[in-house]
Amino acid sequence: MRRIRAAAVGAVTLSFVLTAAACGGGTSGSEGSNEQPKTLTYWASNQGANLEVDKKVLQPELDKFEKRTGIEVKLEVVPWSDLLNRILTATTSGQGPDVLNIGNTWSASLQASGALLPWDAKNFEAIGGKDRFLESALGSTGVEGQDPAAVPLYSMAYALYYNKKMFADAGIEKPPATWEELAETGRKLSKDGKWGLGAEGSNLSNNIHQVFVLAKQHGADFFTPDGKADFTSDGAVAAVKQYVDLMAEDKVIAPGNAEYAQNQSLSDFAKDKTAMVLWQTASATFKTQGMSEDEWGVAPAPVQSGEPGRGKATNSMVAGINMAVFKNTKNIDGAKKFVKFMTSDEEQVVLNKAYGSIPPVKAAQQDPAFSAPAVAVLRDTLATSATALPQVPEESQFETVVGTAVKNLFADAAAGRAVTTESVRAELEKAQQQMPNK
Amino acid sequence: MTTTTAALSAGERTARKDDPGAAPRKRRPGRLRRVGLPYLLLLPALLLELLVHLVPMVIGIVVSFKELTQFYIRDWGTAPWAGLDNFSLAVDFDAPVGKALLSSFLTTCLFTVLSVGLCWLLGAAAAIFMQETFRGRGILRTLFLVPYALPVYAAVITWAFMFQRDNGLVNHVLHDQLGLTDSAPFWLIGDNSFIALLVVSVWKGWPFAFLTLMAGLQNIPKDIYEAAALDGAGVWQQVRRITLPALRPVNQVLVLVLFLWTFNDFNTPFVLFGKAAPEAADLISIHIYQSSFQTWNFGTGSAMSVLLLLFLLVVTGVYLRFTSRGRKAADA
Repeated sequence: MRRIRAAAVGAVTLSFVLTAAACGGGTSGSEGSNEQPKTLTYWASNQGANLEVDKKVLQPELDKFEKRTGIEVKLEVVPWSDLLNRILTATTSGQGPDVLNIGNTWSASLQASGALLPWDAKNFEAIGGKDRFLESALGSTGVEGQDPAAVPLYSMAYALYYNKKMFADAGIEKPPATWEELAETGRKLSKDGKWGLGAEGSNLSNNIHQVFVLAKQHGADFFTPDGKADFTSDGAVAAVKQYVDLMAEDKVIAPGNAEYAQNQSLSDFAKDKTAMVLWQTASATFKTQGMSEDEWGVAPAPVQSGEPGRGKATNSMVAGINMAVFKNTKNIDGAKKFVKFMTSDEEQVVLNKAYGSIPPVKAAQQDPAFSAPAVAVLRDTLATSATALPQVPEESQFETVVGTAVKNLFADAAAGRAVTTESVRAELEKAQQQMPNK
Repeated sequence: MTTTTAALSAGERTARKDDPGAAPRKRRPGRLRRVGLPYLLLLPALLLELLVHLVPMVIGIVVSFKELTQFYIRDWGTAPWAGLDNFSLAVDFDAPVGKALLSSFLTTCLFTVLSVGLCWLLGAAAAIFMQETFRGRGILRTLFLVPYALPVYAAVITWAFMFQRDNGLVNHVLHDQLGLTDSAPFWLIGDNSFIALLVVSVWKGWPFAFLTLMAGLQNIPKDIYEAAALDGAGVWQQVRRITLPALRPVNQVLVLVLFLWTFNDFNTPFVLFGKAAPEAADLISIHIYQSSFQTWNFGTGSAMSVLLLLFLLVVTGVYLRFTSRGRKAADA
């Protein structure tokens, strides 16, 4: 009897303790401190072919950092499918990492939550100054006029990758520079089960990246200057229609691509089934697919006419990864030191070389590794003709609703249903109605 | 409950018999201990239940009355109260959000009815056939339970591969080998996605019906069948007159459980279609997920969840009342 009672009392005590511990979360100080100056937790995004590759690339650098500063960095590589939800959870509970990578298009959305350390002049000074970074990369770090929520870490841009063997077989000499040329080239290539262009019709983010650039080329934006959703302007409708028409009208994209969302178009490319893809820094993936560097070529992504440039001649979004610090870190100085280390000229060269991306740090771009033709196209695009996605807090909602609209239109096109200006406008109208009222 | 009361009165009786005029004060701690111990033993489970079920539920209900967007998630106590705004947004069926929710709800209803019906039908048929002893029965039984034993994610990912249009097994058989369709159909986008979802759901759900009904069948005495057979009842008559009425209590629970599982199923559509399910297969759970996590509007998402909870409570209540009354009438 006594033993049972003791056990019961023990169990009750334990459950009280558990309850208390669970409820105790999220109450730690909201501003950073230096209570734990010897350790840092770092959530890295998945940049390599898989999570293991990332660990192999990053761990030696983290060891280097520990040797120099005595700060141990605990690394966790978070897959893209989980990263945003993990960040949201960490924001809500206050139990996040100290330093983390974010997709640069999320900057404004996450900035609005107030969980990230703002990079004001003083903080930028601590990592060597704002002017070390490329202008276009800084354009994707938060709402204009506010202190950035993150600093650029890896930069990427869209380009047109083409399969040299398939081009040679079809007697095509040079990659297309405009959409018209692309459709024409694509038609020549699309026969006998082979197709001109690949697309990821069910990948919402990819859809957004493509139609955003096309909207720019039509002189339209998906948000008004004061940040209201504006999805149904003539330019936006024309842009979405032009993209989906590559499957519906020009028939240079295989209908099956409408359900692609896991980079299947890249494996089609590697298997000589698709001749072109519009992609950001695809070189590392091609390598894992078994393609050697001389099997594919790269050219600037197409424009409506003329040369890529600013405004209507935009041919890429500013893609990339930013590095942010959680405001409630217990090692604020260490976190800044770590960001300084990762954005130093030396580390920028090492890391971006490993991932096939472009350093957003100007000095690091001087390294000869980034002058190879494949990388130079991306570098020049970033410097001269890439535009940041809308820096508004509702950016992630925009990606979901408009990305889904494009996905639905691709499904229509794939099923042989007509894609008209009206049907495009109707889908975009539906998307816009789902945006929160402001 | 009755046991406790009985034990209690028995205890009182003994106490009175032992010591009729004694001070009750002396006895009280012992009695209290005896009465309190079950509650004390239940306490940890109760607290954990509170922690993992009730507290989150209450928080969810509170959140449904708040305007909880990304601007407030860091300290959601500061989110402004929205009153009934989230609810009126969700049930305004003329506006896009309400309309989408309603269509998702109706899709889910249709899906649930079909899935539960097919699961039950397949399960019942297989269970009845498996009553006969024949060679290979054990192997078949094991085989039938495989979908139930597989981890959901692994199984559904495999289905997603099989349903791919260009390289999937389903189209390879239907289109390439049997030539049943003019062009290879899509299963993961467009209207066919409803069929794909239904197939996976039935595949995943029917072994449970099979297992439960098989257990139920074991309890029907064999001699009833023998007597019926002697009286000239055929197999179909035996099934209709003996098996089904005898399975009634099992069915009552089975159908309810299958209904709740299917109606709430999140994993299957999420793994099959990813973050944006096609409209034809936009089940309510995934719709709510998208309304909260994808658009970061947790207030509206919670309001939808609360509505779903209310609906399921009502359905369960009505169902139990209705079926229990029917059973009582049958018993009487």
